[in-house]
Amino acid sequence: MKFGVVVFPGSNCDQDCYYVVSNVLRQQVRYIWHKDTELGGVDCIILPGGFSYGDYLRTGAVARFSPVMKSIIDFAQKGGLVIGICNGFQILLEAGLLPGAMLRNTNLHFICKYVYIKTYNHKTPFTCLCKNGQVLKIPIAHNEGNYYIDNLSLEELKRNNQIVFRYCSSDAEVSADFNPNGSLDNIAGIVNKKGNVLGMMPHPERSAEKILYSEDGLNIFKSIIKWLDKK
Amino acid sequence: MITPEVYTSLGLSEEEYNKIVNILKREPTITELTMFSVEWSEHCGYPRSRKLLGLLPKTGKYRSLIGEDAGGIVLDDLAIVFKMESHNHPSQVEPKQGAATGVGGIIRDIFVSGARPIALLDSLRFGTLSNAYNRYLLRGVVDGIQFYGNCLGVPTVGGEIYFDDSYNGNCLVNVMSIGVAKANKLVRGIATGPGNSIIYVGASTGRDGIGGCSVLASQEFKEGEEKRPTVQIGDPFTEKCLIEATLEAIDTGYIIGIKDMGAAGLTCTTSEMASAGNSGMEVELQLVPRKEQDMQPWEVMMSESQERMLVCVQKGKEEEVSRIFKKWDLHAVVIGKVTEDGMVRIKDKGQVVAEINAHSLTQAPLYDLEYKKPGYLEELNKLDINTIPEPKDYNLVLLELLSSPSLASKEWVYEQYDHMVQTNTIVLPGSDAAVLRLKGTNKAIAATTDCNSRYCFLNPYRGAQISVAEAARNLVCSGADPMGVTDCLNFGNPEKPDRYWQFKNCVEGIADACRFFNLPIVSGNVSFYNESPKGVINPTPTIGMVGIIDDTTRICSQYFKKEKDAIILLGTTKEELGASEYLKTIYGYIKGDAPALNLNEEMAVQASVLEAIRAGLVNSSHDCSEGGLAVALAECCISFKERMIGATIDNLPFEIRMDALLFGETQSRIIISCDRRYLGKIEEIAKRNGVLLRVIGETGGESLRILHGKSEIINLPLNDLNRHWRGALEKQISR
Repeated sequence: MKFGVVVFPGSNCDQDCYYVVSNVLRQQVRYIWHKDTELGGVDCIILPGGFSYGDYLRTGAVARFSPVMKSIIDFAQKGGLVIGICNGFQILLEAGLLPGAMLRNTNLHFICKYVYIKTYNHKTPFTCLCKNGQVLKIPIAHNEGNYYIDNLSLEELKRNNQIVFRYCSSDAEVSADFNPNGSLDNIAGIVNKKGNVLGMMPHPERSAEKILYSEDGLNIFKSIIKWLDKK
Repeated sequence: MITPEVYTSLGLSEEEYNKIVNILKREPTITELTMFSVEWSEHCGYPRSRKLLGLLPKTGKYRSLIGEDAGGIVLDDLAIVFKMESHNHPSQVEPKQGAATGVGGIIRDIFVSGARPIALLDSLRFGTLSNAYNRYLLRGVVDGIQFYGNCLGVPTVGGEIYFDDSYNGNCLVNVMSIGVAKANKLVRGIATGPGNSIIYVGASTGRDGIGGCSVLASQEFKEGEEKRPTVQIGDPFTEKCLIEATLEAIDTGYIIGIKDMGAAGLTCTTSEMASAGNSGMEVELQLVPRKEQDMQPWEVMMSESQERMLVCVQKGKEEEVSRIFKKWDLHAVVIGKVTEDGMVRIKDKGQVVAEINAHSLTQAPLYDLEYKKPGYLEELNKLDINTIPEPKDYNLVLLELLSSPSLASKEWVYEQYDHMVQTNTIVLPGSDAAVLRLKGTNKAIAATTDCNSRYCFLNPYRGAQISVAEAARNLVCSGADPMGVTDCLNFGNPEKPDRYWQFKNCVEGIADACRFFNLPIVSGNVSFYNESPKGVINPTPTIGMVGIIDDTTRICSQYFKKEKDAIILLGTTKEELGASEYLKTIYGYIKGDAPALNLNEEMAVQASVLEAIRAGLVNSSHDCSEGGLAVALAECCISFKERMIGATIDNLPFEIRMDALLFGETQSRIIISCDRRYLGKIEEIAKRNGVLLRVIGETGGESLRILHGKSEIINLPLNDLNRHWRGALEKQISR
């Protein structure tokens, strides 16, 4: 299978994602320049973290107009797997592939640290190797990770089992005490209704090797590979 | 007609002006005059420091590289390039942009060599936090570093922050960056080969930052001055694109030389690239992309607009190189060519507005300045410790020291920095040194910045030596062999003899210590004039040091890892309290002499610990520095938030005063912990190196206990230690 990592001007986790897919998981991977419209036959698109277009105006707000996004929206609508990490999640929200919006962290600071997230939906292509309720140790690094959505839509997210990850303690307690950024309902990651587009604030590519304090991020990449394998 | 008012307002003296007339054999044009004023400023030309800097060793135990903008060390086929630079005055005037552009400038110095920047470290100094403006400065500087560094995707992995009254009118922001390149791909900051093209790349040129290096950086702050317009504004997004485009362009092999337009912008790049290549250069200013209309030639030459570079490209390859920059939506414009007459010739609409021999611009005059030991030192160095009462409650003293902002955890700061991007950070911030793996190898590098400016104030020579020794010690504690040094020398006005005496002694101290450890100084920066009506800063020669770890499975960090491990103190504890954080925090004294330093003992302790770590015998390793043994032990217990481990210390050498034993800052001491079954092996290593080893206690439990016989000197629950140490900084900032 083949992964594509999109490079926007200002992306800064593109090389980290590429490294994990190629050097840790030994899968095929290519960069996709944001001005390209050809996706090159990839099976899964990664929208990496960073500051696309400097995060000017609003995070992800300019990136969604990049030529590549039209192709990605088509790809997603046809059921292709898309994972947006951090800034990638913000771009997915701006592009309308996922519902909701990001506010600034409640402490108004950038926050970089390891957090724990609890898996609430283990049936997505991105979590099929996780157990339900499994706690993953994965770091966050963002200024705007305070997820917001109106009440009705939140209910819909819950009804459709679209909330994939919530911030929690190391022993799976989900409460305001373990919410790093003020995110509504401790939401750390969601999927679209069809389940083929995931947005998450924590960085699985930063916790995919033993030497980096946690390998829990591998669960997500390996789930994708398993899902695509079965297909 | 150039009047004295004109050249003095540019920071030039009458003597310098006369020299310029002598060189040109005519009156300079205004453009020429401004070019001399920036190139001969202390910031660019080092006229007041260059002679003494010649003392610093350039070679050492690893192969060193000295370039125009940065230097480095060669490791197999890799070059580790690093440099530290100050951005003090801009940060004092406008902390966010000052610090941000400090980050931007040092990063450019790294990637113009062809190295990808992989880490940033910041050494910061502020006045005391009881003052609202100092809190504003700290918040602004941290905000600037996170704003710029996070966006670039270069992790900020380490550094230091100290607070002292001497910085009340002049904070220090020293930024260090490290990059990695294939050694055979390095590029220098030169222009050679007549006919080759000069390409301007990056952002447009505006009126921002004019006079930044000559007027802002090379003078003291005076009462009531408005210097904000001389601070540049940074755009990290453009810089991120510039990094990628530049590295891609260097990869083509068509680039002969490349230089960052930092301080003094186009003046510095044209003259220094030509001079370093023994060439001349001719450029047409009308071709320079502008942000503003009607800029005068001298303004274009002086502008310090950020995110710009000058590139010397093989003739005929301009299109291939420009295409890469344009792909990243950056300007790439041929503005001139290399010539063979050695002259920097600047044209505006075809008219020559400046024509100067490149070497005469870059070889600033050298000054021998007067130096004199300050009269106050003799009195200050006297300290009769019998006049210091011993504390009644050691628990209280320890908690107070842990919450002093200089010693407290800097988590509030480093959590605002992306310290993990690029996924190389294998020892996260909060240990003695940051450790970064080198992808594609089994090796890692460790990096640290160090300087105790109170030691340097009370004893500049020894204080500077201690900076070098402590930096090396920090690297060794992480399992690294020190390889090379960059220095950032922050001092007051060198024209005042007592300041220059401090400078001279610090440089000599660094030079002697580096020679002793066989370490080269590969790059550096001098920042003078750090004074204001509130006073002069303590002499602050910040040392940035990089070390190598051959095996990433043999790295070490400072916190205890396991219960029931033996705790060992290596090195001898002397009865010293001079210059200590204890005296300052508890008694308000800045007094006494800096701690003694015996470089042979230091080397022996470091060699022992490095050998033990490399043999896989050590679980944790932490150097004893500010706050002494008790603070170091507390840090070993609590610095890993996820798993704090207590300790019982019941075998300290109580032959000396208890406060000196617990809080004195004797050098050349390291605390390690290990599995008991390795004790014998470690004892053998210490003995062979002639180092005093003492098993002082054992890890375990929920508190830190220090016993003297049966009596309990210190007994504090880990949660209390943690609350004071981890919470202090945020509490003091948000008051």
